Amino acid sequence: MALLEVRDLSVSFATLDGVVRAVDGVSYELERGRTLGLVGESGSGKSVSALTIIGLTRSPNATIGGQIVLDGRDLVSRSDAELRRIRGKRIAMIFQDPLSSLHPYFRIGVQIVEAIRTHEDVSKRAARLRAIEALEAVGIPRPGRRIDSYPHELSGGMRQRAMLAMALALRPDVLIADEPTTALDVTVQAQVLELIRSLRDEHGIAVLLITHDLGVIAQAADEVAVMYAGRIVEHAPRDTIFESPEHPYTWGLLDSIPHLDAPRGERLRAIQGQPPSLIRASEGCKFFPRCPYQPAPADEIEPELAETTPGHRVRCHLPVEERRRIWRERHGSTLLER
Amino acid sequence: MIAYVVRRLLWGAVLLLLVSFLTFAIFYLFPTADPAALRAGRSATPQLIAQIRHQLGLDQPFYDQYWIYLKGIVLHFDLGYSYQNDAPVRAQIMSRLPATISLALGAFVVWIAVGIPVGIVSAIKRRSLLDRLTMGGALVAISAPVYWLGLVALFLFGKGTGRLQLFGGAGSYVPLGENPGQWLSSLVLPWFVLAAAFAAFYARMGRGNLIETMSEDYIRTARAKGLSEARVIGRHGLRAALTPLVTMAGLDIGLLLGGAVLTETVFNIPGVGRFAYDAIINSDLPAIQGTVLFGAFFIVIANLVVDVLYAYLDPRVRYG
Repeated sequence: MALLEVRDLSVSFATLDGVVRAVDGVSYELERGRTLGLVGESGSGKSVSALTIIGLTRSPNATIGGQIVLDGRDLVSRSDAELRRIRGKRIAMIFQDPLSSLHPYFRIGVQIVEAIRTHEDVSKRAARLRAIEALEAVGIPRPGRRIDSYPHELSGGMRQRAMLAMALALRPDVLIADEPTTALDVTVQAQVLELIRSLRDEHGIAVLLITHDLGVIAQAADEVAVMYAGRIVEHAPRDTIFESPEHPYTWGLLDSIPHLDAPRGERLRAIQGQPPSLIRASEGCKFFPRCPYQPAPADEIEPELAETTPGHRVRCHLPVEERRRIWRERHGSTLLER
Repeated sequence: MIAYVVRRLLWGAVLLLLVSFLTFAIFYLFPTADPAALRAGRSATPQLIAQIRHQLGLDQPFYDQYWIYLKGIVLHFDLGYSYQNDAPVRAQIMSRLPATISLALGAFVVWIAVGIPVGIVSAIKRRSLLDRLTMGGALVAISAPVYWLGLVALFLFGKGTGRLQLFGGAGSYVPLGENPGQWLSSLVLPWFVLAAAFAAFYARMGRGNLIETMSEDYIRTARAKGLSEARVIGRHGLRAALTPLVTMAGLDIGLLLGGAVLTETVFNIPGVGRFAYDAIINSDLPAIQGTVLFGAFFIVIANLVVDVLYAYLDPRVRYG
């Protein structure tokens, strides 16, 4: 059984311009020791769905539907106070830019100790020792001294490690990492991803990795859900996504990755057009306006997220054989072999 | 840090020198009245005026006068003699200082104690009726001039003049040591009148800062840790939102002293502000010089204190 299950989650916000349907019928499962990558461009709803898990999208103008089940109990229907006890303790989250995500006026240690003491009745001394342990566990050198540093005194990679230490000090079951490496150098990025992976394996944590970068997915995810306009359009094991993707949007994402071995002067193929408005969503397939393969709307019904092979689900009107033929024609070789 | 403070103090001294020179030059070059004539009284003979002018040293060249004045300040901390009252300026300022300190300190407390909480509540209850009412009221308070507000306050609440005679009216000030009850009663209206615009401005600033801070990433992190909303706002939000106000407050103390001149005049409080006002009316150059220098000194010190304090409040700021 999955550790955390998101079932048919929908999140919409009432704004002055109308109701924004940020997340629309999203389902996925997180399992211990595994990483689910959530990919999509800005505004695809990937961060909103993750923030909703820990209740951070709750507000008077938000409507949240569906279920988020942890240990067989639904989180959506729990009170704010109940959710707060889970947040940080059972489900921890780290964010994109560790400089802006850590409080600039408080020492690293103070911030970690605060997290520990919010959830556990321990003395300041004991919490501080645990904070030092946590800093050591994420590979921060001389943690006994670093604990008294301010965020601006650390490098970007060290800051993200400190964020991780804060998130993992309470031994959570689930780690949500929202673009954890986007603000980092490529080499540091690889270190942080490797660190997340080893901590995951060590403690049996379930990881939800949100990114717009398929390179990060290739390095760190076991399974991938591709989101577009608030919906999952393709969901498959990582290798399948790279070797035999079936959704035209996923193809577009793969095309927009630059490759060193591409012929000189070859232009990247960007996906034409803009993501649709989430306020006045069209009937039918959300990707249709940008899809180069669908000549006319097949009908006004949105395609279902249907399983094509075990573990591989695609939301597309194109016939399966047609999709596979197009992919073979576009890519003589697979991306992983390149 | 010590080197920084010393450097700042030296610059402060240079600044004070400049201020003294400017006030001296302004009143020497553009005299509002002849001090000697004022002192000689009505129907004085030209000989008497000339004699007084000589006595006061006003017949000496500008630079000599300034030099004598400067020597007095630096060597003996002597601010000269008031033409009008025939008494040392320093002693007069010192004797009036308690009244001004009572006024300014109390107004500062009201300013912060009203402004900051109102701003915080408005930010938390954003767009509520309470928010709209307080922010509307703040706009009025910012726009109202001190002397007008003072007169309205006296008319509404002052003993002797008011509709509701709740607090001491104009001229009711007594030193704290003499009669604490009356001291307090006489200062309530001046405190609120002087603090009104500052409190209102800080309420609006505090509100804006807090709203901005609450959308920062580190606030999201604080929430993600599972902290209660009270702690998220009270510790993480306020710490970042209010720190800039500390610097602002240091700079605005100068404005408060300016406002104190008007407030002391309206409420007839015998403080340094009232003294400055009288000095200006009477073209009493040494007294004007003394009060201006005195005010400038306080502003220099307040700025220094605030800058040093800021380095402690914001760890990203370090002085070398």
